[in-house]
Amino acid sequence: MAFVELRGASLTYALGRDTTLALADATLSIEKGEFVAVVGPSGCGKSTIMKLVTGLMPATAGEVEVAGNKVRTPIKGVGMAFQNPTLMPWRTTLDNVLLPMEVVQPHRGRFRRHRAEYVDRAMKLLGTVGLADFALKFPWQLSGGMQQRSNLCRALIHEPELLMLDEPFGALDAFTREEMWGVMQALWLERRFTGVLVTHDLREAVYLADTVYVMCRRPGRIVMTRRIDLPRPRTLATTFQPHFVELVRELRDRIQQEHD
Amino acid sequence: MTRRDALRIAMPWLVIAVLLVVWELACIFFDLPEILLPRPTRVFVVFCQRFDILLAFCWDTLWTSLMGFLLAIAGGMLLGLAIGASAFVYSGLYPLLIAFNAVPKVALVPILMIWVGVGALPAVITAFVISFFPIVVNVATGLATIEPEMRDVLRSLGASRTQILLKVGIPRAMPYLFASLKVAITLAFIGSVISETVGGNRGIGFLMLSAGARNDTATTFAGLFAIAIMGVMMYAACALVEKRMTRWAFRGEIVG
Repeated sequence: MAFVELRGASLTYALGRDTTLALADATLSIEKGEFVAVVGPSGCGKSTIMKLVTGLMPATAGEVEVAGNKVRTPIKGVGMAFQNPTLMPWRTTLDNVLLPMEVVQPHRGRFRRHRAEYVDRAMKLLGTVGLADFALKFPWQLSGGMQQRSNLCRALIHEPELLMLDEPFGALDAFTREEMWGVMQALWLERRFTGVLVTHDLREAVYLADTVYVMCRRPGRIVMTRRIDLPRPRTLATTFQPHFVELVRELRDRIQQEHD
Repeated sequence: MTRRDALRIAMPWLVIAVLLVVWELACIFFDLPEILLPRPTRVFVVFCQRFDILLAFCWDTLWTSLMGFLLAIAGGMLLGLAIGASAFVYSGLYPLLIAFNAVPKVALVPILMIWVGVGALPAVITAFVISFFPIVVNVATGLATIEPEMRDVLRSLGASRTQILLKVGIPRAMPYLFASLKVAITLAFIGSVISETVGGNRGIGFLMLSAGARNDTATTFAGLFAIAIMGVMMYAACALVEKRMTRWAFRGEIVG
């Protein structure tokens, strides 16, 4: 059975008398250890899928299941990273990365007594993204790319089975963004968590994902599912190969169809 | 330090000096009687002559203000956290708070005196009720303006409401709290002095009132200066604590 299952899931926002159908009848299944990307234009319900899967919002119709359990309330121990790094300015980078340890069981209970061990773990993780020397700096002393790398570390430190990424690299410049793809892929190859990436960057989706879901708006729905069969690890060179370009083009054409 | 920096630091003293000189000259030029407006030099002489009495009465005002202020911090934080954390408490209490804040506190003093008598207690209570409001509003604002994404990060980790409050809410509200303390401490002085003036038997407000009754305008002015000096000192103390406690909120100054 798949790790994440959406069966005919819908979400309707109600604001007074106005109701907006943000997501209509979404059906998808994500295997354990799979990395999927959800792409589409703004307002197509990409982020809604994230909210449903993590249980931050309950579906108004249909079913959402994670690891065989129905999701109605926020599920525990998910890693999340947003476009805005949302690091806490009053904590150092290291303390920011350690935050999940203070919240998630069983770490929460042993955090105080075994702090050194956890600091060690966080430093290793920061080292893999090249931030070891910045652990004691505050987030506002870091560049945007560094902040986003710390954000990824915070999302991964407690080794969640599910990592949700909502346009995490959207606010970065093109070069930093491509560098972050490499960082992200290396982390995934090492840990093999189940990843859900929401993005509007088609190259990013093809670079990182095993499966890409294309969404369209009004109402938000999934219109296409595409397996990405490129070998890993993918590099910047991969993005210039004809097959990569062809895949991106196929996705782009499908989105364009909706607008014609 | 450049000359410009030196001048910037000296500016407040220069402005005060110029004001005092203008005041002095105006008194001499228009030949004002001392009962109407004493010259600053005369106020200074009285200030020095009566320094012992002033100090004793200042002490009364200082500690009633500080007591009221401390109570206001405790009460203001609790209520601010409750209002900021819960939409129900907010909608129930906020209009009431606004209404209460609009009541002139001077009108409360006679009632307080009926309840608790004359002395230090009405001054403490008046200082409390007047300095309480900005603390509540600021703490509540700090909590209410937390980025929803920051809350989502914690919720998705399975954090309880209490944990979210402890990890994000309270640290996030701290700069707002400390900013409000600067306002609140000066309000606390106003509260104490109002109470002492309306009906007290102690404190600098009482001293000024009785000096005024004796047509001793110079002493009244000496009292005014004493209050102003205490107010500035307490404000500076609060500002210092603020910088120490919430370094991250002043990041622009440190990085830049």
